[in-house]
Amino acid sequence: MMRVSVRHTLRTAALACALGAVALAAPARAQEAPVPPKQNWSFNGPFGAFDMASVQRGFAVYQNVCSNCHSMNLLHYRDLAGIGLTPEQIKAVAASFTVPLGLDDQGQPIEGPALPSSQFRAPFPNEKAARAAMGGALPPDLSLIFNAREYHGDYIYALLTGYADPPADMKMQAGMHYNKYFPGHQIAMPQPLHGGDVSFPGNAPNTLDAEAHDVVNFLAWASNPEMTTRKQIGVRVVLFLALMTGLTYAVKRQIWSDAH
Amino acid sequence: MAGLHKSEFTNPVIRWVDTRMPVFTMMQKEYGSFPTPRNFNYFWNFGALAMVNLMIMIITGIFLAMNYAPNTAMAFDSVQRIMRDVNYGWLLRYVHQNGASMFFIVVYIHIFRGLYYGSYKYPRELLWMIGVVLLILMMATAFMGYVLPWGQMSYWGATVITNLFSAFPIVGDPIVTWLWGGFSVDNPTLNRFFSLHYLLPFVLVGVTFLHVVALHITGSNNPLGIDVKSPQDTLPFHPYYTIKDSVGICVYLMVFAALVFFAPNFLGDPNNFIPANPLQTPADIVPEWYFLPFYAILRSVPNKLGGVCMMFGSLLVLFVLPWLDTSKVRSARFRPLYRPFIFVLVVSVVILGMVGAHRPEGIWVVLGRVCTAYYFLHFLVLLPIIGKFERPLPLPESISKPVLGGGGGPLPAGAAAKPMEKA
Repeated sequence: MMRVSVRHTLRTAALACALGAVALAAPARAQEAPVPPKQNWSFNGPFGAFDMASVQRGFAVYQNVCSNCHSMNLLHYRDLAGIGLTPEQIKAVAASFTVPLGLDDQGQPIEGPALPSSQFRAPFPNEKAARAAMGGALPPDLSLIFNAREYHGDYIYALLTGYADPPADMKMQAGMHYNKYFPGHQIAMPQPLHGGDVSFPGNAPNTLDAEAHDVVNFLAWASNPEMTTRKQIGVRVVLFLALMTGLTYAVKRQIWSDAH
Repeated sequence: MAGLHKSEFTNPVIRWVDTRMPVFTMMQKEYGSFPTPRNFNYFWNFGALAMVNLMIMIITGIFLAMNYAPNTAMAFDSVQRIMRDVNYGWLLRYVHQNGASMFFIVVYIHIFRGLYYGSYKYPRELLWMIGVVLLILMMATAFMGYVLPWGQMSYWGATVITNLFSAFPIVGDPIVTWLWGGFSVDNPTLNRFFSLHYLLPFVLVGVTFLHVVALHITGSNNPLGIDVKSPQDTLPFHPYYTIKDSVGICVYLMVFAALVFFAPNFLGDPNNFIPANPLQTPADIVPEWYFLPFYAILRSVPNKLGGVCMMFGSLLVLFVLPWLDTSKVRSARFRPLYRPFIFVLVVSVVILGMVGAHRPEGIWVVLGRVCTAYYFLHFLVLLPIIGKFERPLPLPESISKPVLGGGGGPLPAGAAAKPMEKA
């Protein structure tokens, strides 16, 4: 019976929402978030590529900070070859995490060091556990977060650097934090980066700006690992087609020359 | 006796087959020597482009289906597995995803061509109606395909659109339950949408065949809209139009490639990168761009049933277009009164598209209503009336005259009114 009533509630909610969206006078949404300022990303444009040093630093930020709460379920340690890690490095990174490795011969669940083929270790076993630990809020999976937000990298960068004290007249809900760029301005995530959270090899700067920048690069790669290859192939394909268009048009002119 | 076909092919293998089953003769007749008006402009590329596009969609789709799992628990991740782990899976998927947009661009231009040059008029009414069937089938296919990745927009789009049927009194709710295969958009819905999304493209192939059959009986219209009167007016399809279509295909592929390789998600919605969640409605539920004008018509009527009827009506009205247009002159080139109104129609459809992308507030409500009104006014009122009052410009005597410049300018105005004599 429980199931039926949940279904029914769901359906009613779905209908109400759907009709609400279709209805003429959609209620004005709570305060719109401002458009995040445009940043210069190395991966912008048809020739843009990832700054791999920055992507690797971003991965370090993810490992040390973000991954305490956020999963990246679509990524496997083997995928790190795509950001320039060697097989040995990948093995070492994977082995530093303990993950469930299925069942042993007695049917008991076992754990052990992750393999390159393992998914990134998730901080929580499931959504309920995550919500319970996070005061009801669910930290979203970050595998596709770059693609899943309007303004993509600009938004994530603005969000990470957009924490501030709430305006005097704003009433904050318990456990929420003020953010200039989060829709509605009240975000459950406390400011994750403050600068100096991670020290990078080669003394690359680890200010808040630099860390946010690096982590955006990493997330952009995680959402679109094929991007560099895609654009490289694309340039060749478009050049080839331009050539073909020219050739075909010349042949067309010749064939049609007796028809005019 | 039911004799063998007398083949004109000399290659012994081709001849052997052709005498027993004259497919080569048929291809030669329909695509080789097929007499085609000599004055096509590049608008006449878009039929061939649509055919190419359909083939691309079917081929990429078949390979995607080999790696896709039509189950609510797995669909989203299986698409991402295609993007990440299947060799060139990202290419297959992005070609298929953007191929839908390209298909609509091509087909909308193809339809505009038909409207502007009067390709729907006698004797091509059936050809046009089959085309409207193709458009509707294609929309259904695209809609169901968009549900398959099972992202937030997939889920909520499916919920909104299927819910439209609940507007019909009495039968509405049972229809929606029947469509869903349950009491909400869920696994049974995804399963049947996948099945139908795989089936309908082959129905499209069949109906496209009928579209071409009908075309090859009446012959193509042309930019002048006058009938072919002598062999001088035509050219064999091959090589003249095979090469001209090839030029178009190259340009089309270039636009397609630019989209796929450099901006594959430009036309998509960020929300569809979030897995479907029945408990969380996105702030705005927006259909794909190619449905926006129809979505705007739906929302322009302050009554759900009225909106649904208007939306379906905006497509169904096209079926009777050949009988709504009372002018005997086909090409808008020779219809000075009608010509500006086609552009008004195009502008209002574009504005409707913009209206569909915005929340129905303020100016967008007004614009939506005005343009919806114009859409129906254009077809139901202006087309019948203009044909009665318009004085068409003098029609050229034949297709070959203006092309070959062989003297003899347009006939005096009196001759203009009988463009319908048999070719």
